[in-house]
Formats: sequence, structure tokens, C-alpha cells
Amino acid sequence: MIFGSINPAVLMAALMVAATPILLAAIGELVVEKSGVLNLGVEGMMIMGACMGFIIAVNPGSPLIGFAGAAAGGMVLAALFALLTQALMTNQVASGLALTLFGLGLTALLGQQYVGITPPRTPRLDLGPLSEIPFLGRAFFRHDIVVYLTVALVGAVWWFLKFTRAGMIMRAVGENHEAAHALGYHVKRVRLFAILFGGACAGLGGAYLSLIRVAGWTEGMTVGAGWIALALVVFASWRPWRAMAGAYLFGGVVVLQLNLQAAGVRIPVEYLSMSPYLITILVLVLISSGRARASLNAPGSLNKPFHASS
Amino acid sequence: MKKLLTAAVFAALATPAMSDDPTKVGFIYIGPVGDFGWTAGHDRARQELQDHFGDAVETSIVENVDYGADAERVMTQMALSGTDMIFAASFGYGPDVNSVAGRFPDVAFQHATGYIQDHPNISLYDARFYEGRAVLGHIGGKMTETNTIGYIASFPIPAVVSGINSAYLHAKAVNPDVEFRIIWTYSWFDPSLEADAAETLIEQGADVIMQHTDSTAAVRVAEDAGVMAFGQASDMVDFGPTAHLSAIVDRWAPYYIDRVQALKDGTWEAQNSWMGFAEGIIEMAPWNDRIPAELQEEADALVASIAAGEYHPFTGPINRQDGTPWLAEGEVAEDSALATMDFFVEGITSEFPN
Repeated sequence: MIFGSINPAVLMAALMVAATPILLAAIGELVVEKSGVLNLGVEGMMIMGACMGFIIAVNPGSPLIGFAGAAAGGMVLAALFALLTQALMTNQVASGLALTLFGLGLTALLGQQYVGITPPRTPRLDLGPLSEIPFLGRAFFRHDIVVYLTVALVGAVWWFLKFTRAGMIMRAVGENHEAAHALGYHVKRVRLFAILFGGACAGLGGAYLSLIRVAGWTEGMTVGAGWIALALVVFASWRPWRAMAGAYLFGGVVVLQLNLQAAGVRIPVEYLSMSPYLITILVLVLISSGRARASLNAPGSLNKPFHASS
Repeated sequence: MKKLLTAAVFAALATPAMSDDPTKVGFIYIGPVGDFGWTAGHDRARQELQDHFGDAVETSIVENVDYGADAERVMTQMALSGTDMIFAASFGYGPDVNSVAGRFPDVAFQHATGYIQDHPNISLYDARFYEGRAVLGHIGGKMTETNTIGYIASFPIPAVVSGINSAYLHAKAVNPDVEFRIIWTYSWFDPSLEADAAETLIEQGADVIMQHTDSTAAVRVAEDAGVMAFGQASDMVDFGPTAHLSAIVDRWAPYYIDRVQALKDGTWEAQNSWMGFAEGIIEMAPWNDRIPAELQEEADALVASIAAGEYHPFTGPINRQDGTPWLAEGEVAEDSALATMDFFVEGITSEFPN
């Protein structure tokens, strides 16, 4: 009876939308970590994307240009991170945290003139008869194009890492940068590309929030989405499809708890909102217990600095 | 999560003060001044305060200050740098205000919507939001066609709970079939969560959305979905010209000016002020044209009678959710009961969160 008002198709549809921004950011970070770099600045790059995407979408009035701008905005911050960690050899954890703080502050400044403006609408993709299929149509085929492109991106990353030569080189760099270097691969160049890709993805994730999900700019609007994305990468043990499953799970928890509340069920919301982090801590504990490390797939050189002379 | 603290000092223009040093007034905010809601309301008041006193007052703000260690650090810093009066504009700063106030007895602390007053240099002030919520309930109850009103609530604290109860009682009074669906976000400001919550409520049949959270996301979602909504703390009509029926607008300025004047006169002392329509601390945003003229008049009359003290939104008979009597026929709720309210009234179907 209480569940009567919850429509599973709508739940599924809402879950996909809720998962998209964190999935975009997570898939980018997954590639970064696969190359052996830990960038904790996802939140900062996301908010940068949310802000730049919004500013650029509002000015010429096109959401697509906005998304391109968001990717560029995320990449600019990522480039700063790459400069710090790859060229200047700074600590990755500290640089990543700094990047988040810097991004939040910079966007608060840049976005000041843009509070309270409505962005151009991103249309839903018209999938014709597909969207009329009972249940499936409502659940899967009435989204904006970004939702589908995100799924495609997950597939592309999976294929890239598993089947392409470049992807294997990237994994080699992440697993053992000394060996990759000895084989003649350019460790820093590979990592630079990975970091930039991560920035672009985080930027797109942020823009999904400011241009579609919330459709407005307010400073600090990502409210921790970047951290969930980071948690997601570990949760997924660095596998693209698992990251997608995890994102849908996290998104599902959020959407389901809202639906249950609206239906009048009392649920422990605080515990649910803690759950992504709790699960991540659990996974981290498993990883750090040596033997499990390999099976959990953590890149061998993750968060280890590389200098060609060493 | 760490938040960047953005501090800005709005110093008076470079004309040297004629007599005394300017009174330094600091504000700490839980959200950004650009939230177009709660924090924006306080910052409007700060600007009015600055305009009112001109060079005689120097105000400074720190936004996005988390409860706890962050807030203590910011207020300590303010006190150390010679601030005479600190406005802490959020409920959760209570313990921090009391801890800092104990160490700086010469600084006057003003804590919004708080309840802890351990030191003689802490004043508490609050607005009777439930008065405004009664008006929202009355309008919402009449405007809803699906007889379902969605309510996005932040934390189950008395101010929010009494708001839900007040809105429900007045919606129910004009529409016996009305039903409330309530979502707690456990956050004051999370635009994407508020947007999701609004979508969920609309999906479950709500055609009027009320919110006790600070972002404008829900109003925007309502506009897109073609349903109605009420803004929060500020007039949010720009975010949903069709959807936005009205909003309870906070006007702290008269109180802020009064308190700073008292400090300048040396008459400032700790108080506990709870102000509503009568004092002009809250007012209703202009009615949307889609509200029928007759209903607008009813709403105006309701505001007037509350302001005049002729009508109290919590007038018995009112039962608690479990059916036990709370207020007898004609009995009016005590302020102390409202300030500690931790139960739903009869008729609300959602369970009360623990």
C-alpha cells in the first residue's frame, strides 16, 4: 500500500539522472588512477565544470557549447594539477586537496554574476517509438543525450583500457612506472593525458548538475559529489562497468530514500547518506590488507611519484 | 568536507570617521550569500544596516561556515580583531556561539534561531515562521487540485516541525482532503538533492511544493513540471514566474538596526526575541496573479489578523498525530511549546523522524 505511489519505471529514470554526474566524474578519475595518479581534486574540477559550463552556455545560449566549455574548464584545473604533480613533483594528495579548495573559491568568484540566471534548456533526446514502450520507455528512453553518452563513455573507457595498445600502455604505467619507463614509454606524457581526461570528465559531470539536474548556478552546488565519485572508483575496484553499477547503486539509494520518505515511510536517512563512504572505507580496508590488494585491482604505482632519474 | 571560507570586508568609504571609531559588526553565514534564500535574507539585512548607519558601522561577513570548529575559529578571529557584535545566522551555531562568547565577554553575540544562552552577552532572535507557514497552508490547500502537497524539509528541529504543522493545519482547514508528503533532506542547502526531492514529490502526485531548505532548485523544478511552489526566505519568483505562488520573506533589517543602535547607546543587553508579522520581521512575497483575487484577500486578511494578534495559528482544538489531545478548544499554544515542538499534529500521515 505505501509503495503503491512509487512507480518503478520513474524510479529507474530518476536513478539514471541522479547517477550521471557522479558516474562522469568517476570514470574520469578511474582513468587517472589507472595511470597511477591519485587526483583528489575531483570536487574542485566538477565545480569548475559546473561554473564554466554554465557561464559559457548562458552567453551564446547553447547547452552543447556549455558542455564543451565545462570540459575545458575541468581540464584547466587538471592541467594545473599535472603541472604541480608531474613537473614540479609535489605531493599528489596535498595538490588534489588544494585543487578542490581552489576550485570552490575560484568558482564562487567567477560565478558571482551568474546566480539566479536560467540556462538554456537541454532537450530530451527523441527516441521515437522506443520511448513509448511500456515501462522500458519511461525508465530508459526519455533522457537527455548526456545520460546515453555517459554510458557510451563507460563502454569506450572499458574497451580502451582492455583492448587498445594505448590503453595497455596506460595500465602498464599505472601498474609499474619503472618497468614502463624501462620499456621506453613516456610515463609523464601518458599521465598528463590521463589527468586531462579526468579533468574533462569531472567538468562534464559538474555541468550536468548546473545545466540539467539543477539548471542553475549557485556556488558550492556540487556539495560533495566529487568525493562520492572518488569513493566510487575505489568501490568499483578500478573497473569501468563496476563504476557504472556503483554509480547507479549510489544514485538508486538517494532516489529510493526520497521516494520512501515521500510515501511516508520512516527510514534512517543519515545512515543511507553515509553509506557510500562507509562502503568505500570497507573497500579501502580490504585493499590495504596486502594479499587482497592484487585481487582488488588497485594500480601498483597509484599515488607514487615518478622521476625518470630514479 | 572542507569548504573554502570566503571573507570580504565591506569597509566604509575612505572618509575619516568624525567622532568615534565605527562599530564593527561581523556576520557568519552557513551558506553563500548568493543562495537566494536564507543567507541572502540575512545579507540583505546587513546591507540595510550598513546603509542605515553609513560610516558609523563597519560590517564584515564570512560565508559557508560549517558548524563546529570552523564556526568557532571564525568567530574567535572576529572577536580578536576587534569586532563589537557578531551575528551568527544559523541554528546549529549554538554550541560554538556559547563557547566563544564565554571567552569574549565584551563582544555582543546575536544568535539566530538558537536556544542556548549560557552567557549574559548572548542574545537569541528568531522569526515566527509558523505564522507565514499558516498563510502558505491556506493558499496551498485551496490551490491544490490533486489534494497533495509536497514538503521538502531540512532537519526535524522545532522551527521546521512547527512550520509543517502550521501549514498542514491551515491547508486542512480549507481542504479536508488535503494530504502532505514530506521529505527530509538533512541539509539546509543541497540544490541537486532538493531538485530530486521536488521531482519525487511531483511524481507522487503533489502539485504544490513547499520547502524549508534554502536553494531555489525546487521552485525551478516545479516551474518545469507545471506545478506550483512556494519560495523560502526570499522572493524566488524569478526562478519560477508561473509556479511561484508566494514566499515567506525574512526581513531581519529592522531588528539588526535596533540591536546595533542599542549597542551604540550602551543599552544592549541579552534578550530572547521571537518576532513575526507584527514586528515586520517576516512578510509575504507578492501573490502570484494565478491566485484568485478572493483567495488573495483571504490571505491578506489572515496575515492581518495574525499581525494584530487576533488569531494565533496554533489555536485548539488540536490533537497530536497519535490522537491524544494537545490543545483544548480555544486554547493557544505557549511559545515554549512551539519552541520545542517535536511531534506532528493529527492528520499528517508521515511518521515523525527520530
